[in-house]
Amino acid sequence: MIAQAAFELRLLLRNGEQLLLTVIIPMALLVGVTLVDAVPLGVPAGAERLPVALGGVLAVAVIASGFTSLAISVGFDRRSGALLMLATTPLSRQGILGARALAAMAMVAIQVVVLVVTAALLGWRPTPAALALVPIALLGTAAFAALGFALGGAVRAEATLAVANAVFLALVAVGGTTYPADQLPAPLSSLVSLLPSSALADLLRWSAGAASTTSGALPVDAVILGVWGAIGAVIAARTFRWR
Amino acid sequence: MDAARLAQVFVAYPDGGRGLDGLDLTVGSGRVTALLGPNGAGKSTAVGVIAGLIDASAGAVSVLDGPPGRREARRLVNVMVQEDGLPTGAHAVELVRHIARLRGSPETAQPLVELLGLNRLKRTTIRRLSGGERRRVSLACALVGNPELVVLDEPTAGLDPRGRSIVWECICGIRERGGTVLLCTHLLDEAESLADDVAIIAGGRCRAQGTLTELTGGGEEIITFDGPLHLDVAGLARALPEGSRVQESSPGRYRIEGGATPRMLATVASWCAQHGVQPRNLGAGYQTLADVYWRLTEEYTEGTGGAGS
Repeated sequence: MIAQAAFELRLLLRNGEQLLLTVIIPMALLVGVTLVDAVPLGVPAGAERLPVALGGVLAVAVIASGFTSLAISVGFDRRSGALLMLATTPLSRQGILGARALAAMAMVAIQVVVLVVTAALLGWRPTPAALALVPIALLGTAAFAALGFALGGAVRAEATLAVANAVFLALVAVGGTTYPADQLPAPLSSLVSLLPSSALADLLRWSAGAASTTSGALPVDAVILGVWGAIGAVIAARTFRWR
Repeated sequence: MDAARLAQVFVAYPDGGRGLDGLDLTVGSGRVTALLGPNGAGKSTAVGVIAGLIDASAGAVSVLDGPPGRREARRLVNVMVQEDGLPTGAHAVELVRHIARLRGSPETAQPLVELLGLNRLKRTTIRRLSGGERRRVSLACALVGNPELVVLDEPTAGLDPRGRSIVWECICGIRERGGTVLLCTHLLDEAESLADDVAIIAGGRCRAQGTLTELTGGGEEIITFDGPLHLDVAGLARALPEGSRVQESSPGRYRIEGGATPRMLATVASWCAQHGVQPRNLGAGYQTLADVYWRLTEEYTEGTGGAGS
């Protein structure tokens, strides 16, 4: 499974479109959100915005790799028979999906490093809580990967492509990622805070050192993320089709 | 001992279609078995069942003395499926090496890379390969490791003559070292050249299985000849004794059942003379694999005609 995960990571890193989605877009978001005042973060533009921006953008990066990219690749690999081809090797079916999730996690680890370095160049200074960035990002990846398998394993490849990208854009825009749920208008705000994207972003913002996140809400966020992951896993286990 | 055995296997698809309709098939160990049949006969479904990719809805399936798709079977059975399923972003050679590693025998990759002429494609991604090159990569992936059973679904489709001859060499090589091959093909000459056993399936069922001699040698002798397309087979049948049956078994090839006597041969020759037809290869003998194939699959294949008197 490790060998398969390493192989898939190599393919991911070689794929330009994937890198645009998983690395370039989050990097551009980080720089933009930090420097441009138009995005309401509740904090003025400049270095003070960095913890808030970094947490949100890391969540976007996790969703890009763990959900969007994974769902799309699963959808197309189902159609092309690539998953079936692997299923004829000694890799078990769980191993095939596990390797894919593992590759997404490795990709996320790389994204975290790239984004943290970018943030540091912009003037971000980590607090001890930053040690939790990678573990939180990986847990988030696991939860979103479960949702990615649920989508990519059940829906036609083209539909997966459309839905995965639409969901990605929606979560970037109003999913509580790029800017926190509490900055949204009232009825939307409480709804959005129940989304896994918002929960993950809250956890990452806390870890990045954003003071605005009340740490009392963190366990709730962790539970929300876990529940979404479990829902994804149950749906995937019931509906995943190999072709 | 049999490497794979299917007994009364049914596969029903969710859309109501029948993949297999009571298929009986035996793949003898250490032998090459060719699986023939028209499009939609159920060949690829049978491959899927043996590979453990498709579950049988009824019937008994045994692969290397156990259920298909179990871990040991996945280790010892290599499958080349028709829709090759190669990851398009991978480099050709890198992929072959990776699959060899997954099969626990990384050392088996390089000889195949060389034999199949893949060395020059080292840095080429799968998506940029030609159809034939892709087929070779797919074949290499199906041959790495030390499989006991290799299942090949139309391995020579789209290959040039040299590529085909390399594939044939590989298949013979597997048999020489005691391995078993199940070969799905549409090429009857491929089956005749390579196979120890032949199974002909149509409509999801086995219509005949046996050695080449068993399939072609039984029964009475027939008369065959080649001529122009679409001769008046009904007219020829009327010229022959009662009970004779004339058929254009494949385009331009005619087979006549009802006793291959010298008198029959003379009648055919004289009918041809009257109609200005040159009956090339006119002769009497046992049927060829092609004759058997066309007869058994007639009702499942469009565009064949026949007439009796």
